Amino acid sequence: MGGLAEAMQPLNFMMIIIGCALGLLIGAMPGLGSVNGVAILLPITFIVPPTAAIIFLAAIYYGAMYGGAISSITLGIPGASTAVATVFDGRPLAQAGHADRALTAAAVASFVGGTISVVLFTLFAPPLASFALRFGPAEEFALMIMAFATFIGLGGDDIPKTIFSILIGLVLAAVGLDIISGQPRLIFGDIDGFLHGINFLVLAIGIYGIGEMLWTLETTKGEVMVHKVQISLDRMKSNFKDIKNYIGTTSLGSILGYFVGTLPAAGATPASLMSYGLAKTFSKDPDSFGKGNVGGVAAPEAANNAASTGSMLPMITLGIPGSPTTAILLGGMIIWGLRPGPLLFTENPEFVWGLIGSLYIANFATLVINLAFIPLFVKILTLPFSILAPIIYILCVVGGYAPTQTMHDVWLMLLFGVVGYLLRKLNYPVAPAVLAIVLGPLAERSLRQSLLGSHGDVTVFLTRPISATCILIALALICYPVIQKLTRRRRRNLGMGQGQG
Amino acid sequence: MCNVFSKIKKAAVPVAIATAASLGLSAPAMADWSPKKPVELIIMAGAGGGADQIARLLQGLIEKKDLSPRPIIPINKPGGSGAEALRYIQDKAGDDHTILVTLNSFYTTPVIQKGIGVDVSNFTPIGRMAIDTFVLWVNSGREDITDLDSYVAAVKAAGTNWKVGGTGTGQEDSILTAMMEKEFGYDVTYIPFPGGGTVAKNLVGNHVDSTVNNPAEQNEFYRAGETKPIVQFTAERLPAYPDVPTANELGVNMEYYMQRSINGPPGMSKEAQDWYINLFKTLFDSEEWQKFCTDDGLACHEWLAGDDLGAYHTQQIALHKELIETVGATAITGE
Repeated sequence: MGGLAEAMQPLNFMMIIIGCALGLLIGAMPGLGSVNGVAILLPITFIVPPTAAIIFLAAIYYGAMYGGAISSITLGIPGASTAVATVFDGRPLAQAGHADRALTAAAVASFVGGTISVVLFTLFAPPLASFALRFGPAEEFALMIMAFATFIGLGGDDIPKTIFSILIGLVLAAVGLDIISGQPRLIFGDIDGFLHGINFLVLAIGIYGIGEMLWTLETTKGEVMVHKVQISLDRMKSNFKDIKNYIGTTSLGSILGYFVGTLPAAGATPASLMSYGLAKTFSKDPDSFGKGNVGGVAAPEAANNAASTGSMLPMITLGIPGSPTTAILLGGMIIWGLRPGPLLFTENPEFVWGLIGSLYIANFATLVINLAFIPLFVKILTLPFSILAPIIYILCVVGGYAPTQTMHDVWLMLLFGVVGYLLRKLNYPVAPAVLAIVLGPLAERSLRQSLLGSHGDVTVFLTRPISATCILIALALICYPVIQKLTRRRRRNLGMGQGQG
Repeated sequence: MCNVFSKIKKAAVPVAIATAASLGLSAPAMADWSPKKPVELIIMAGAGGGADQIARLLQGLIEKKDLSPRPIIPINKPGGSGAEALRYIQDKAGDDHTILVTLNSFYTTPVIQKGIGVDVSNFTPIGRMAIDTFVLWVNSGREDITDLDSYVAAVKAAGTNWKVGGTGTGQEDSILTAMMEKEFGYDVTYIPFPGGGTVAKNLVGNHVDSTVNNPAEQNEFYRAGETKPIVQFTAERLPAYPDVPTANELGVNMEYYMQRSINGPPGMSKEAQDWYINLFKTLFDSEEWQKFCTDDGLACHEWLAGDDLGAYHTQQIALHKELIETVGATAITGE
């Protein structure tokens, strides 16, 4: 409560509003990302007292989380890695003229995710911190297996094609230096650029930005629809009525997101992807996912906001930042003389709760700012494609260049764009490949650490209670869509009398 | 691989000449150069570790004291025991806007992983910020381990089931682990994690049995009573652990330190080098930095910069080559 009161001070409140607005802008710019943004804005935090500074950084962090969703939905380019899953359904919704629905869903889900996670944090932080300690390499790997299992449900009807897509992603994730021995691998002879691995955003921007543009060009033959979206009060009302359709997925995604966020290895990106996978697996209408289901926007958005609150926990108690942005926050803490560790909670409670309180206020401010600006964001879509396409193209190139600042990545991004387009033409799901490149390195590391420790004995994953539970859930997740599909097919066959079987 | 190697060698020659030339005249004059765009501060280890904490503290101090016209952006490149970062810096030859904060893997990784084709003697030395120390840690729950003898006995009883957590094969803690294996005649399983923070977490969570961590990485867990120090690898007991013996006191001749220095890519311009030397000298002398050193068991008495640091690097490279030869590269890589 003290935290909330602190956050409502005039100076702090102003920092929240400025921070949220800047965060939105930073998050919405592909490639700029919250890391560079927060780093560049760090100086501002030295002219105000530490509490206001933390609040400012938290507000940027939160704003960026949502800003990523804006470009994902309106332009189809993920502004940040945490917003990739938002593209899956956000973009189709926007193309069908429902951008306002998707944006409202993203704002509301983010808010719900933020709220649920703050409540969970307040109630369960200490027990969860000790639970997170029980996650060793074996448990981390089992969790990754669980995440991969949710992919199976992601790929649509064709399970072999989904698995193929996952495998492509895993191979791409393996490019670079071996994480244990440090030897270069899969660098295609001696192409230096590959030594640094393949950046996940390069793949995502290529496939979703460039690939999508090529696809739109082909399907519309250049004469492109201009969406005339009139935002009326009635429409806003129906958008809000919509909430009941995704509140379930949102709550589930928030709890999952918070939990995944508290694990030091994971963070907001895997959380949002897993949440999307789960939402699809347990949806009554899984086929509509990827074609424009609001639940597919709400689930990852709820999870990534919840995870960003969750990732404060390992940062505060273990000094392990769950994301690059929290790493900057951690740097700020060290400068102000606050050492992360198990004692910070008891020795500096006003800092910890001030931070959580400010996250909550930032959360609320982002909701208000966003809802107010939806009509403006939707206007972007009324631009004719001949104007929009070059803008998207430029943003993609900038986004591909920014993370590592090499032309190598720009060429790679364009290549992925063409490949993404071809895969889509051949009806391969691309989402699983994107997910595999995010989780691949995490899974590989924990697998190899576990096997080193057990001298190559794979039963280590089954003999430890937490990892065994995760593996069982993973098996259930894999079987669920398969069984569902089989029973549905049988029903269809029965309906058709003697089908082709 | 051969191709990479020869290409780099060719590129390295003019670069080496350029560096040598630039080192020739080290007038400490205030340079007219200053950063024209954000400076990348590359960390050759993961987030949360000792190098990471230092980099972020330095970045913060630069911003706070307004010492740079452009922001300094810390970037973690922990892959392959720092190989990723070293290679990145080497590929940035001639760049004035990229600097590296080092660990001792700066010396060892290029020796152990010849495949990456990096020669750090071409890098532009800027300044040595601190000398870091090492302590052997176990989980406080291990009541059977109270001193070095009981530790060695416990490791010998467990054999290769004893898991030592570290920051990567070839990193300084893996060298110390290999030195201990040789000294005490046991064999452990070494498991690499991305950064000292994660190592500490895995020790607290009992996923590894012991670690050789820097004081900064364990201090908070030690204060919380979750881990305990067994032996220090320093000449004298650190003020932070007055009751913990040094290896030398116990008759085991083992002393090992790690430098924390700032270096630029090969062929950084003389003006830029001077500007950075000036910048980090200011930071080194600052009250905040000296306080950080005292709190974290770092030695920050002697400032080394430019040529002097280059000479120190040369000496350390030779020392590490010798160490690696003594314990055997395979003992470190575990292959």
